[in-house]
Amino acid sequence: MTTSSVASPPSAIEPIAPRPKTRRPFGPGSIVKYLLAIFFVVVVLMPLYVLIVTSFKAGSDIGVTSQWNLPSHWTVSSWSKAWTALQPSFIRTFELAVPVALISSIVGAANGFVLSRWRFPGADVVFTLILFGMFIPYQAVMIPLREIVTTIGIQPGIPTLIFVHCIYGIPICTLIFRNYYATTVPEELVEASRVDGAGLLRTFGWIILPISIPGFVVTIIWQFTSAWNDYLFAIFLANTRNGPITIALNALAGAQSPDYAASMAGALITSLPTLVVYVLLGRWFIGGLMAGSVKS
Amino acid sequence: MRRLRQWGPGLALLSPSLILLAVFVYGLIAWTLKVSVSDEHTALGSKGFVGLDNYTKLFTDDINDRFVHSLKNLLIFTAVFLVGTMFFGLLWAFLLERGVRAEGFFRTVYLFPMAVSFIASGVVWRWLMNPNKGEGAGGLNAVFGAVHLDFLQSTWWTNPNWGMASMAIPAMWQLSGYVMALFLAGFRGIPQELREAAAMDGASTYRLYRNVIFPQLTPVALSALIIIGHMSMKMFDLIMSVSGPQWLTEVPAVYVWQALLTSDYAKAAAISIILLLLVAVVIVPYLIYTNRAEKSS
Repeated sequence: MTTSSVASPPSAIEPIAPRPKTRRPFGPGSIVKYLLAIFFVVVVLMPLYVLIVTSFKAGSDIGVTSQWNLPSHWTVSSWSKAWTALQPSFIRTFELAVPVALISSIVGAANGFVLSRWRFPGADVVFTLILFGMFIPYQAVMIPLREIVTTIGIQPGIPTLIFVHCIYGIPICTLIFRNYYATTVPEELVEASRVDGAGLLRTFGWIILPISIPGFVVTIIWQFTSAWNDYLFAIFLANTRNGPITIALNALAGAQSPDYAASMAGALITSLPTLVVYVLLGRWFIGGLMAGSVKS
Repeated sequence: MRRLRQWGPGLALLSPSLILLAVFVYGLIAWTLKVSVSDEHTALGSKGFVGLDNYTKLFTDDINDRFVHSLKNLLIFTAVFLVGTMFFGLLWAFLLERGVRAEGFFRTVYLFPMAVSFIASGVVWRWLMNPNKGEGAGGLNAVFGAVHLDFLQSTWWTNPNWGMASMAIPAMWQLSGYVMALFLAGFRGIPQELREAAAMDGASTYRLYRNVIFPQLTPVALSALIIIGHMSMKMFDLIMSVSGPQWLTEVPAVYVWQALLTSDYAKAAAISIILLLLVAVVIVPYLIYTNRAEKSS
């Protein structure tokens, strides 16, 4: 999916509107501003620099004092070592994050639509109770959760994680779609469909879903990223043999005498999918972030 | 009957989610609450009722005051993390707010750490915060040495007193961009007319920001504080990745994990509930406030 193949996001999804262009004189103030902005770019990218240069080192080249140096001898051996260690979990994490993203989005769209249009009595209270679920520290449900997933017989590892990510992803996806529908779908459209005698499900399926793509892009990115980057559920409900890549990476990097170059290559491999999504679909990524602050 | 036909289909569509959340959020919290007032301290688990004993013991009878120590760590971490992200977030938004060339580039760079997991970034931060100083220095200490700011060299999180403050550095690196995005949206939400009106009245740039723009950003600042604050209380991945679970950097979220490893379910549950209360104190008023604000708008 590339940026051009999806419709441009509406204002509710792209919260940072571009500034109206006004040319200002290039004074000393703006030079300070640019210098500061560039300084912070360097600071923010510093860890990435260390990750990249270290990942191409091997042997005696890797050391604390030579951390900032370029590799004296460039090699991809650490990359292949990291890939060997992470490859099974890398594939498993796709098997986790893709279904989670799709299922959560569909559920979120249905809920968001109902909550944005059908103001049943107590809808606001229900919505607030739903939202609370996305802020809780998951430790507060983890002890019984471990028991309950075993009891209802969901396979350990990825299937269990798909199940819990979908459940605990309901609040954020519902919120994103509710805000999206409340601000971008005109009331008349729903009304017209109702007048035509279409029921709720038909209205949703035929009128609403086709214009929901921007909302879907946001929730898919959001849920994909959270499932991909999750460590908390993973460590409580899975292990290195059946779990996602975060556990595998932590095992690789947290060993007694870790191979720093392979760890750094591993960290890059682990981050690659979410970084690619971020770079290609950054605008929608930000849309999901902003929804996390509740207000649309 | 009429009402049922009116609300029925919507509720039917919504109800599976509502049931799942009722069970898996509220039901399981109630279950954890029950474990926290039991004496289930081993995997064998006799399940007698002990009242609030597990809670009081955390504060009065924990080895080396372990729980109080983890709360102290959390407090230091949260204070630095909040101040830091708010400062850098506002500063970056301020730098980009008036429109700079290549704004998209700056925004993308400042925000990119949000796309990376704490587990992955912890791998490099563990190295950047290497405690060696002087000749053997690496990471940040080496940078400070190279620019002759040796006094800034630190033992980072290995310092037993204020080490937790440096644990907030990677967290700031990761989330300042998020706060920037919130503030930038806030800046852009201020009507252009307001600025023009202030300029017409002859307000200086300083007064424009002080009296017109910053007051308009208060709701955004509040949101940012709440979001970052509640994330901070739940901080787990970052600490597990940078230092691993250990005494020096233990916070309640990590303590729960450690207590579970020893099968002390009752204790783990009690800490989880305290953690939940800490988060709820911040989040519940915020949710009610946003709900009201939305209704009145």
